[in-house]
Amino acid sequence: MTGHLLEVENLSVRFHSRGKIVDAVRSVSWHLDRGETLAILGESGSGKSVSASAVMGLIDTPPGEILSGSIRFDGRGILGLSAKDQRELNGRRIAMIFQDTLAALNPVHTLGHQISESMTAHGIPAERARTRAIELLARVGIPEPERRFNEYPHQFSGGQRQRVMIAAAIAMEPDVLIADEPTSALDVTVQAGILKLLKELQAENGMGILMITHDLGVVAEIADRVVVMSQGEVVEQGPLAEVLGAPRHAYTRRLLEAVPGRHGYPAARDLSSEALIEIRGLSKYYGVSAGVLKTPTGREIKALDDVSLTLNKGEVLGVVGESGSGKTTLVNTLLGLVDPTKGEVLYRGKSMLGPGNREIARNVQVVFQDPTASLNPRMKVGRIIAEPWAIHRGVLPRAEWPRRVAELLEQVGLRPEHADRYPHQFSGGQRQRIAIARALALKPEVIICDEAVSALDVSIQAQVIQLLKDLRRDHGLSYLFIAHDLPVVRDFADRTIVMQGGRIVESGITAEIFEHPRHPYTQKLLASRPVEERMRGHITEPAE
Amino acid sequence: MRSYFRQRTMQSAISLFGLVVLVFFLARLTGNPTDLLLPVDTPLAVREEFAARHGFDQPMLVQFGRYLLDLLQFDFGESLRDGRPALQMVLQAFPTTLLLSFWAMLISLVIAIVTGSIAAWRPGGVFDRIASLISLAGASIPNFWIAIVGVLVFSVWLRALPTSGTGTPWHWIMPVTVLFVRPCGVLTQVVRSSMIDALASPYVKTARARGVRSRVVIFGHALRNAMLPVVTVAGDQAAGMVNGAVIAETVFGFPGIGKLMIDSIMFRDFAVIQAAVMVTAVAIFVLNILIDLAYALLDPRVRHG
Repeated sequence: MTGHLLEVENLSVRFHSRGKIVDAVRSVSWHLDRGETLAILGESGSGKSVSASAVMGLIDTPPGEILSGSIRFDGRGILGLSAKDQRELNGRRIAMIFQDTLAALNPVHTLGHQISESMTAHGIPAERARTRAIELLARVGIPEPERRFNEYPHQFSGGQRQRVMIAAAIAMEPDVLIADEPTSALDVTVQAGILKLLKELQAENGMGILMITHDLGVVAEIADRVVVMSQGEVVEQGPLAEVLGAPRHAYTRRLLEAVPGRHGYPAARDLSSEALIEIRGLSKYYGVSAGVLKTPTGREIKALDDVSLTLNKGEVLGVVGESGSGKTTLVNTLLGLVDPTKGEVLYRGKSMLGPGNREIARNVQVVFQDPTASLNPRMKVGRIIAEPWAIHRGVLPRAEWPRRVAELLEQVGLRPEHADRYPHQFSGGQRQRIAIARALALKPEVIICDEAVSALDVSIQAQVIQLLKDLRRDHGLSYLFIAHDLPVVRDFADRTIVMQGGRIVESGITAEIFEHPRHPYTQKLLASRPVEERMRGHITEPAE
Repeated sequence: MRSYFRQRTMQSAISLFGLVVLVFFLARLTGNPTDLLLPVDTPLAVREEFAARHGFDQPMLVQFGRYLLDLLQFDFGESLRDGRPALQMVLQAFPTTLLLSFWAMLISLVIAIVTGSIAAWRPGGVFDRIASLISLAGASIPNFWIAIVGVLVFSVWLRALPTSGTGTPWHWIMPVTVLFVRPCGVLTQVVRSSMIDALASPYVKTARARGVRSRVVIFGHALRNAMLPVVTVAGDQAAGMVNGAVIAETVFGFPGIGKLMIDSIMFRDFAVIQAAVMVTAVAIFVLNILIDLAYALLDPRVRHG
């Protein structure tokens, strides 16, 4: 008897898929005690969620196969329990919440039903479950719980859905709460609220929390101890201050090194005042119409409201805002995908809007967030990169294409022979490099990065940012760098613009914005990310 | 919801008008009924008298105008064959076809949901592979072939089932079979694939993590979501049953709207063709509205959207 609440020992899990064998985790061991928070930190593919799935009995055989190891909960072995015994445990004593709340909640059932279900499944009468569910909704901070009990997942915001998931998870007062990337899909201000709620609940009922995450900031904010995983193995574990303050393993050090916002602000550079893109008084209103005849109601949604900005040559201009801030509409207007209601967009003094701007469009290229979606899966990489030349005829003779594709691939850190492969044969970071190579094909002056690094793991994120920096140095590129994440902008942007509700609320030199934010919203954004500050605290002052 | 109905009714009215125009002119493209209905040696005077009585001597647009005016009073005209009101003939035949389609659809759905769900439980398993093979065959075999082979085997060789008529439940077996095989095959495949998706979905994982029983996970969570695409496809298949009914009713001498339509076309019985097409069209519009309602009932996102 070791006396730990939950203990995983030497767990190895293998998955069989289409004749391939993947060893998801090898000899993983960790333990969790009452009232503490253990974080499993890892990037995608590290196997960080696998041991938690094994605890919940969610690994189906086939395709999964548990090769070895044991899991003990409250002194009892729980690996390979019967379905019935596992059900007794799940939800009642060990509960779990997930990342993508829209998918993880059943769209056709009310949220009240889904919270109640975690109680009725364990024998609580329906009427009592209902009363308790309404109490729980109130507890996790959902206003008007009585009314909202009967509403469906799509009627809630992402942050509220995660609160509801938490309500359902704590309904039976479990001993352990497993949280699998609970805040990764949320805006920063919302993220902070969820972490705070989890800490409060833990203080109230003393449950152990297992936090599975790729986000060092979340780890620094909430964890007592950390398990670092890479490629299916635990590379390091220990108290938070030790792991972050004096990492022993090279992988952990690399991970810490890659965290954005650690290297101070970009050095002040002499920026030219040669304006490339000028946006003046740009507005986009969407009318709200109703009824059969779609009569305008006179109400309008202002997606963009009188936005003006200038991007100078060689400059990196960061645009920061949470969902609904108007970032996406701004990009779509720049790309000519949306017609603005008012205002103009100039490129070197000429209007970029309307027809006949193809030549101008050539000079402004874009890299999107999700490289999996923005690269055609049926085209080889060589053709993807060459496509701009097929569209803008006469830029480059066809005979030159293969040579130039090879050049571009080398510029973005890939190899010429990669031209013959398909996008799915690459990792997420490599795919984003391919997207960048395609953007470079027409030798643009400006690249719009629309959340271009948001979907990538931190270490990959850092590499892609470095690539963007190198390209700026070598080709004098300018970037309009759009992000919801402050630290990345802090590292990279010369100037930063903060957007909220379609308006620019603050703009200035990046260091100024971060050190002396004037607008309350900017202050709130920065305050909801104390995690980086705390983490820096851990890193600069190693454990005593 | 009320504005939805108003909108749908208006859309349907526009489509129906288009159909009225199309049916009128298409039917007249197929030939002159005067030539077809009267014996070859009919004197010219009699021919002219016949054409005048039925308005065939008028210019096409005048005929069309009169037809529209009558339509507004629900008067589809009279059958050229026996002089009965066309609408009455159609409405008499309609319930038979409705009942035939209803049984075929019900059997299709029950078989498809049960088979598809079991197949989805272990994709690639023995049951799944057999079910997939049979459902693919069912979806691909033309129904006239099933009808003809059915008659040959069960009526001619085995003498077990009657070849035509509606007298006893035995009379219904072959027509219903001809109608249900194809939708059943298609639906089984839809149920299977949407059930596989639903069982692999995160909300099923969440339910399992809550300790919910497997039965509730499958029927309460997965099947409910998997039914959404099934409803859409079932609606299409139900509308397509009119085609199947034409074949089944013709082969088995079943007095439904399909047989009535074929007979009327052969006879250039314009009034009956027009009435039959209109009644079928209205039925399909009603069916589509019912499907939308079922969808809204199953999916709250549609209800609130």
